[in-house]
Amino acid sequence: MTHLELATDDGHTLRQSTVETSPLAIRGLTVSYGEKPAVFSVDATFRDGSMTAIIGPNGAGKSTLLKAALGVIRPLSGTVTVYGKPLAGQRQRIAYVPQRASVDWDFPTRVVDVVLMGLYRQLGLLGRAGATHRAKALACLERVGMADFANRQIGQLSGGQQQRVFLARALAQDADLYLLDEPFAGVDAATEKAIIDVLKTLKAEGKTVVAVHHDLATVAEYFDRVFLINVRKVAEGPVGEAFNAENLQKAYGGRLAMAQIENLQLTAG
Amino acid sequence: MLVDALTLQLGYNATLVAVGAALLGISAGVTGTFLFLRKRALVADAISHATLPGVGLAFIVMVALGGDGRNLVGLMLGSAASAWIGLLCVQAIVRRTRLAEDSAIGAVLSVFFGFGIVLLTVIQTMSSGRQAGLDGLLLGSTAGMLRQDAIVIAVGGALTLALVMLLRRPMTLVAFDAEYARSIGVEPARVDMMTMGLVLAVTVVGLKIVGLILIVALLIIPPVTARFWTERSERVVAYAAVIGGVSGFVGAAISASAPALPTGPIIVLTCFTLFVASLFLAPRRGVLAAYLHHRQFQQRVHVRQGLLALAQQQPVYEPLTIRLLARDGLARRDGVPTDAGRARAARALRDEHRWQIVQTLPEYEAVSGLYDGLRDIETVLTADQIAQIDGIIGGPREMPA
Repeated sequence: MTHLELATDDGHTLRQSTVETSPLAIRGLTVSYGEKPAVFSVDATFRDGSMTAIIGPNGAGKSTLLKAALGVIRPLSGTVTVYGKPLAGQRQRIAYVPQRASVDWDFPTRVVDVVLMGLYRQLGLLGRAGATHRAKALACLERVGMADFANRQIGQLSGGQQQRVFLARALAQDADLYLLDEPFAGVDAATEKAIIDVLKTLKAEGKTVVAVHHDLATVAEYFDRVFLINVRKVAEGPVGEAFNAENLQKAYGGRLAMAQIENLQLTAG
Repeated sequence: MLVDALTLQLGYNATLVAVGAALLGISAGVTGTFLFLRKRALVADAISHATLPGVGLAFIVMVALGGDGRNLVGLMLGSAASAWIGLLCVQAIVRRTRLAEDSAIGAVLSVFFGFGIVLLTVIQTMSSGRQAGLDGLLLGSTAGMLRQDAIVIAVGGALTLALVMLLRRPMTLVAFDAEYARSIGVEPARVDMMTMGLVLAVTVVGLKIVGLILIVALLIIPPVTARFWTERSERVVAYAAVIGGVSGFVGAAISASAPALPTGPIIVLTCFTLFVASLFLAPRRGVLAAYLHHRQFQQRVHVRQGLLALAQQQPVYEPLTIRLLARDGLARRDGVPTDAGRARAARALRDEHRWQIVQTLPEYEAVSGLYDGLRDIETVLTADQIAQIDGIIGGPREMPA
């Protein structure tokens, strides 16, 4: 079960990554919609303090893996541990950023109220959001460059702004592990920059970031590790090693032409 | 007569009914808001129709035990039990079969209601005369309302209201983003069950006044009406309470002001009147406001397009554009710009260039989202900012002579 591997890839950390210390360790995870497994017997050990991109073709089970790791959907088999303990007692350490298309943006609420939802666990059932909570929500909006929008109705936001509001809500949780589902899908350039800046700051603070990612061109620039999946796990490791032509070919099959792979200017493989 | 009723001058029974109906309206409006926000309004219909077999069975049991078959508490308990079974049936069908929720609701609603009607018919043949009042629970009947009935309704309504207020945050969270709720450990299925339990409580409390067929109206119309007036969920809750309460009170008063006016239907029609008024008159979300806004927008687009065409010395063909330009004194009927039109046209074109610059500058991101090709740039930027942008353009451009 222990999975000893010295992490020298990002230059400065030299940590053992085991199930006991990993922010998110997944073992033998299978998720099935009907009788067609979307994710089959996947093991994954995400490194503490790393930024990992989960990549793979459409329908490869990227989002499903993330949701199952969070307990949002129930797996058929497999175990998930968060910082070495079962998920149930560790929820306060995880923040999730869902795909923005997953909610109805005509819902009657303001930007700041969405961010305050991130403080739900902290407030408890009977707590009321006071001035300190509001200040905290505004600070989180400031971090994603959305402080001016605090009192806007959420329906007035552009797609990229919606995404940043979701990120601000996650930031409000003060978590250690951030799981993001396609944070860069269909967003404008300003948002992409704002989000990646926040994620890099989180990493600098020692937090762990795992994001489902679809843009192969930016993997090397944004992330230090990759996890390739196509229902089964294809590869996992530092971008410099695992993000190579052979693994991409394995994950994407014929859907990714060799020419496209060559354009990615891979460092290895 | 109506004024007497509204000021509670119409006697003891009418007062009891009016106060009870107002309380019911408040708790139904507040509870219904969360059903509406969760987009599961129709489940209320299944729940309410599924109360009927419970009413019949409770009556039979109470009579068999030698009691009064019309005891309201007994009927409420029976209806709550069968409604709960109906709700579980809906959920089991959705979970265990491939049927969608709407089909499950339709099936449960009709089967339970049909069974209930059979039971009522059996009761009628079984003990003729004594069932009087049971069919009153279909559409509500307040004629013979007792003081203790009113107390039961008041206490039930108040308890439900308190519970809804206690659970409003998890219910809002789940209604907006169930997936996220689950990720932070708030189980949507459990919260939904609590919501449904509260809806069930309101239904049962409302049996006597509005009846089981129309209670769904009192759950859904207030939040839908409230939504026209606000963009914030906590205000939807508050407005729905007011709308439900006013409908209940006024509706009960109207029905008391004349003989043979059924209470439940009058309450629902009162509520519906508020809905229709909101539908047309509400600012922003109302039909009238939307129409006026659209027309105004269309006119602004036409004027702007016309001005930009004039600035670039292109002919304006569209009759509406020319008419609007002429109305504002910007052009003659033949499309030739006036002096004022020329000046406005030059300004429009200059603003267009400024907006183009604004959109390339990240520091103006909050503003550039406002760009709609129509807004005067002075309304969103300060003179200093405009000067900075003009510096980038290289000075304001003049229209060629």
